[in-house]
Amino acid sequence: MTIQTLDPPIGSLPIDPFAAAIAEAEAEAEVATKQLVIVNWSGELDRIWPTLILASTAAASGVQCKVFVTFWGLLPFVRDGVRITGDNWMQRMLSFMQRPGIDHLKMSKMNFLGMGPWMIGKLRKQYKVASPRELLDAATALGVEFIPCQMSMDMFGIKREDLIDGMGEPAGAATAIEIMTEANASLFI
Amino acid sequence: MPTTEITTTVDAKGLSCPMPIVRTAQAMKPLPSGVLVEVLATDPGSVKDFAAWCRSTGNELIEQSVDGPVYRFIIRRK
Repeated sequence: MTIQTLDPPIGSLPIDPFAAAIAEAEAEAEVATKQLVIVNWSGELDRIWPTLILASTAAASGVQCKVFVTFWGLLPFVRDGVRITGDNWMQRMLSFMQRPGIDHLKMSKMNFLGMGPWMIGKLRKQYKVASPRELLDAATALGVEFIPCQMSMDMFGIKREDLIDGMGEPAGAATAIEIMTEANASLFI
Repeated sequence: MPTTEITTTVDAKGLSCPMPIVRTAQAMKPLPSGVLVEVLATDPGSVKDFAAWCRSTGNELIEQSVDGPVYRFIIRRK
């Protein structure tokens, strides 16, 4: 058995020291951009709202921000006009029970048949706090990357065309782990 | 020579966190480097927030003042 080496012999490739230095500086400049990753797993108002506030502010602050959207977190990212999602009766029933879309968020606590979100909505307008929709629009315009989870899309029966424009390529847990461990900060909200 | 003229005003009066910052960032994005931008806000949290935002983005906080309920920030774009 013979072992072949693929390494070029030393000294065979002339390296321009200036080009190498410039490439190194450019690589460093790229690394210098701070990164924030948020895992958004919940479709409830009390979680998606702070997620969108932090994501839009990060992007506004020059921080590269990625949001991994998984499980019930996908539901607020279903486009307007799509009411029932899924192929089988359970998927369709679940979307009937929890209406998808950014304007139809429930609270995880104190929902009280919609009275909680209704009061929060009134207070939000009174104190001129941006709505989840406004924040989502701002975040998208500022370049926040929303990455939908392929497994969750399959399980809920949510197709790419059901999701809002500007969502990234669907990916899985390994992608989430990679971006989380490479980022300066990662949050699971 | 750096300009001393304010080219853009961002009116964020009445808006709550984080919209004064988000609106300012959106307004500044297409502007050339070095221009001065004026921001008007009524959110008391914006005093600390604009200082922090300028530190993290590299934009320069030239001046800040208060006139009644209105905070005024002059920022030079990086």
